Amino acid sequence: MGPALKLVVQRIALGLLLLLACSVLIFAGTMILPGDVAQSILGQSATPEALANLREELGVNDPPVQRYFEWLFNALQGDLGTALTNGLPITESIGNRLGNTLFLAFWAAVISVPLAIFLGLLAVRFKDRWPDKLISAVTLASISIPEFLIGYLLMYLVAVKLRWFPSVSMINDSMSLGEKLSAIAIPVAVLTLVVLAHMMRMTRAAILNVMQSAYIETAELKGLNMFQVIRRHAFPNAIAPIVNVVMLNLAYLVVGVVVIEVVFTYPGMGQYLVDHVSKRDVPVVQACGLIFAAVYIGLNLIADVVSILSNPRLRHPK
Amino acid sequence: MKDQLNYLAARAAAGLMGRREFLGRAAALGVTAASANLLLSGAVKAAGVKKGGTIKVGIQGGGASDSMDPAVAANATATQVIRLWGEPLLELAEQGGIWPRLAESFEASADARVWTFKIREGVTFSNGKTLTADDVLATMERHSGEDTKSGALGIMRGIKSMKAGDGLFVIELETPNADLPYLLADYHLAIQPNGGKDDPTAAIGTGPYIMKSAEPGVRFVAEKNPNYWDDTIGHAETIELIVINDDTARVAALQSGQVHMVNRVPPRTAKLVARAPNITVHTTSGPGHYVFIMHTNTAPFDNKDLRLALKYGINRQEMVDKILFGFGSVGNDTPINSSYPLFTELEQRMYDPDKAAFHLKQSGYDGTVLLRTSDNSFPGAPDASALFQQSAGAAGIKMEIKREPNDGYWSEVWNKQPFCTSYWGGRPTQDQMFSTAYLSTADWNDTRFNNEQFDQLLFAARAELDEGKRTQMYADMSTIVRDEGGLICPMFNDFIDGISDDVQGIVDAKQGFELNNFYAPMKMWLA
Repeated sequence: MGPALKLVVQRIALGLLLLLACSVLIFAGTMILPGDVAQSILGQSATPEALANLREELGVNDPPVQRYFEWLFNALQGDLGTALTNGLPITESIGNRLGNTLFLAFWAAVISVPLAIFLGLLAVRFKDRWPDKLISAVTLASISIPEFLIGYLLMYLVAVKLRWFPSVSMINDSMSLGEKLSAIAIPVAVLTLVVLAHMMRMTRAAILNVMQSAYIETAELKGLNMFQVIRRHAFPNAIAPIVNVVMLNLAYLVVGVVVIEVVFTYPGMGQYLVDHVSKRDVPVVQACGLIFAAVYIGLNLIADVVSILSNPRLRHPK
Repeated sequence: MKDQLNYLAARAAAGLMGRREFLGRAAALGVTAASANLLLSGAVKAAGVKKGGTIKVGIQGGGASDSMDPAVAANATATQVIRLWGEPLLELAEQGGIWPRLAESFEASADARVWTFKIREGVTFSNGKTLTADDVLATMERHSGEDTKSGALGIMRGIKSMKAGDGLFVIELETPNADLPYLLADYHLAIQPNGGKDDPTAAIGTGPYIMKSAEPGVRFVAEKNPNYWDDTIGHAETIELIVINDDTARVAALQSGQVHMVNRVPPRTAKLVARAPNITVHTTSGPGHYVFIMHTNTAPFDNKDLRLALKYGINRQEMVDKILFGFGSVGNDTPINSSYPLFTELEQRMYDPDKAAFHLKQSGYDGTVLLRTSDNSFPGAPDASALFQQSAGAAGIKMEIKREPNDGYWSEVWNKQPFCTSYWGGRPTQDQMFSTAYLSTADWNDTRFNNEQFDQLLFAARAELDEGKRTQMYADMSTIVRDEGGLICPMFNDFIDGISDDVQGIVDAKQGFELNNFYAPMKMWLA
């Protein structure tokens, strides 16, 4: 077994272990959440009898360790239980919501990742000249403005004033792909603006770092032009840090877009989680936590594996 | 001039002129906005209701965790959904009184203890089953049984026995209650086949629409029920509810034409929203009110003069102007306002620093009063507290404000601390409001109000079927609360809806919740 393969296997095993540890933390965390699910469900008009009856029915009185293993075992088989509040199966509801979240994240990534890398390369090519400064200024400004504000601004201009795209990004199965894309146009634009700067700056920094190396000078002395130097010599060697930051941003697009979902009424995971947290619906919170943790760990795992594989010293051991 | 007005109204009704333009021209003819609106709604009715199409509602208040079981419905979206597929026995009429739904008629025994409801014949559920009195009985049983989790349990508690037969449904109460018809208009009490005991979340009922798709917290689609018994409501072919909890997003959806109506336009921006050319802001004064509450059994608030000093030391009009931005009305230190059925106007208490100073002196109290508040006790509560501090300070009352965290406010501060801010959503009848919060033994007696005469009047009024006498009793009770109680009620907040000019038929209602008590999507039609 080569050192690269061994490292990859190690990383995957570590990732699984980390996920297990996360499941314990999530379960323990939701156990110590203050508040009472029965009170939250019934609201202000609850009577003591109604509360007692509902608590009994929800079965919130079993010992926690037993409940953890039951939950973990069922989750491994794909059964995340039923929501306490509305009695719907969680796996089914989350399936829909996760699909929507991934749909939005996918299109935001399709636009933002190539754009960020291209802008990063452009910034390196024109380092310290006006295109570099303009790109940095615009992307840094867009990452500094709170995303809900960008959302409201675009909503006002594009949806209310120009009426190009809808302000409510509600998508459902009966819509065609074109209709869905039109519905999510504004949130995709907002998300692109939010994640662009981080990836662009990292690309720029990583490549500039490599550009200091002696072999770049050699390449230049060979007579290659600037773009070829970047493409053939600098970029492959800068790929590890770039993939890392790209994956970090992809993870953000999946797990961190709750504000955008609320502002644009997009039926994704974030809003689903928040609705249930406010009702203390523990099984749903646990299921969402587990999925978010899996997405985060999974994407970081991919980043690790790519950096390992992109390292020639590990691919071609002496 | 009259002919000219009628001509204009007809043109506006036919959609040849915008509502705003009509109001403008009517104003030019010297007609007030209120009577111009009345004229227009008459003309619109005359022009005829249009059937068909899809009415879209952007609605606040729903979450992904909502159940379709009417027993546990607890927010605006859930209420609206129940209105689409289900119906109660009785409903609140827009202009006051009762609007019979599944109960065709009802009568009470002379002592208001036994109530008989005649169940409408020939009504079918959306699953094809015919409605019977047994379904009504089963529904009421499900909401009142020992093991129920129904939000309506509180109002079902006083029932001694129920029976059904011969198309009649009979309720016998433990103690007389002349308000029972109003209580049965509760939104949880939609009649379900076999009371929903088989599947409470099936959303099968006798309502004007049939649910086609239900994604809690996201979107609900309902289609016209072809067998619905009452053709005066349910004009659109399809009604689509889109849950939009974010205030700005909801208003933007209305402005960009994606929805035809929204509930709960924020008061802060309502005047701006109304400026848009195709949107009307429609308000309904409801029983909801924002309050400052003092425990009448805890020092220093056990001193009646100090309570009166504080009551005279608040500027109610300023609160309505600055906290509600004009979308509300002044309170009078009683939880009752004109939205209640048997309302009598009492003399309005005004801001009077001299009287406040006089009562402060009488009370002999010269310390500081501590007012607790939080953002979620009502919108703008900390600002209202600061205004109160200023106006009371002018009378020499020293007030300190303590900001409490939102989390835990309802469990740690409200109904625990002697002086704090809070709100009440109100109840459909005086009896229910007083029994919930002012009866000396009530769980939620958040002013620790203990007045023997008041309690006696409450029970006497409940058994009194003579409306004139009851009206007088309720006026007396309001007077007692106003003068003796621990309630400072500066304002009643309006329901504020945003309505697009693409739909017509909204009415000015005297009672009920927002969106014409959630009947607007069914009563309105596409222009």
